[in-house]
Amino acid sequence: MHTNAAPAAKTDDRRSAGASGGGAPRAVIKVPTRVYYGVFATLMVCTGLTVWIAFFDLGALNIVAALVIAVFKATLVVLFFMHVRYSTRLTWAVVIGSVFWLGILLALTMGDYLTRGWRTYG
Amino acid sequence: MSEAARPHPALAHHFDDLEQQKEASTLGMWVFLVTEVLFFGGLFATYCVYRNWYSGAFAAGSHELSIALGGVNTAVLITSSLTMALAVHAAQAGERRLLLLFLIATMVLGGVFLGIKGVEYYDKFAHHHVPGPSFQFEGEYAKQAQIFFSLYFMMTGLHALHMIIGLGIMTVMLIWAWRGTITPDYYSPIEISGLYWHFVDIVWIFLFPLLYLIGRHAH
Repeated sequence: MHTNAAPAAKTDDRRSAGASGGGAPRAVIKVPTRVYYGVFATLMVCTGLTVWIAFFDLGALNIVAALVIAVFKATLVVLFFMHVRYSTRLTWAVVIGSVFWLGILLALTMGDYLTRGWRTYG
Repeated sequence: MSEAARPHPALAHHFDDLEQQKEASTLGMWVFLVTEVLFFGGLFATYCVYRNWYSGAFAAGSHELSIALGGVNTAVLITSSLTMALAVHAAQAGERRLLLLFLIATMVLGGVFLGIKGVEYYDKFAHHHVPGPSFQFEGEYAKQAQIFFSLYFMMTGLHALHMIIGLGIMTVMLIWAWRGTITPDYYSPIEISGLYWHFVDIVWIFLFPLLYLIGRHAH
C-alpha cells in the first residue's frame, strides 16, 4: 500500500514525538516531481495530436481517435495527478465503479436509440 | 497509546490516526466524484443521442467554435493540473512558500480559463448563436444547430460552474496554507481539493474534442 521510496524520509523526522496521535508513523506517499512533468508533457502532446487528427477525414474513425486520446489523457490524470496509481484497492474499486456506471448509462441509452427504425436524421 | 502521545490537533476523534483519516477523506472524495461523473454523464448521454441524430448540424455548429481558443484553454487547464499536483507535492514536503505559490498559480490559470471562456461566450452572443428567440444560424441546419449550441452552453456552463466552485475551494486552501494549518502530517485538504480540480480538468479533456473538433476535415 505504501510503496514510496527515499523522499518521504525527509518528512518523517517532523512527525516524531507522537505527532500522528497513535499508531506507528507511516511514510507519506510522495511521487517524484519528474513524474508530474512527464505526465504534463504527454498530455500536451496528446492535445496537439487530437487537434491534428481532427483535420483528416477518417470517417467514423475520427470520433474513435478523439475518444481514444481523451480516455488515454484522462487515465494519465487519474493514475498520476490523482494518485490512484498509489492508492488503496478500495479507491481503485470506486474509480472503476464510476466508469462502470457511466458505461451502463451510455451503453443502455445508446443501445436503445441506435436500434430503433424511426431515427430522424438531420 | 501512551499518555505522552497526544493526538494531532487535526485528528478527528473517530479515527485511529491521521493516515486512516486521510484514506477515509480520499475515499469519500472519490465517492463524491463518482456522482459527479454520472452528473456530467447525463449530459454526455444526451450529447451522444443528438449527435447521432443530427451529425450534420453538430458539425456545422462545431465549425463556429474557435479551435485556437478551445485549444489554448485545454493547455491552460492541463497546466493548472500540473501546478495543482505540484501544490500537493509541496504540501507533503512541508514547503509552505512553494505550496502558496502553486496554489496561486493554479488559481490564476483557472481564472485565465474562465476569462477565455467568457470571450468565447461573448462571441456567441454577438453572433446570435445563443439558443432562444434571437438565435440565428446560416445554412441548412438553421434549427437543429440550436440543439448543438444548447448542449454547448449546458456542458461548458456546468463545467465553468465547477471551475468557479474550484476557485472558491482553492481560496480556502490558500488561507489554510497561509495560516499554517496544512502540514506534512495533515495535507489531505490539499489532496482532496486537488482531486476535485483534476476531475474538472478531465471533464474538459472530453468536452474539447467532442464540442470543438467535429468534422473539421470538411472545411
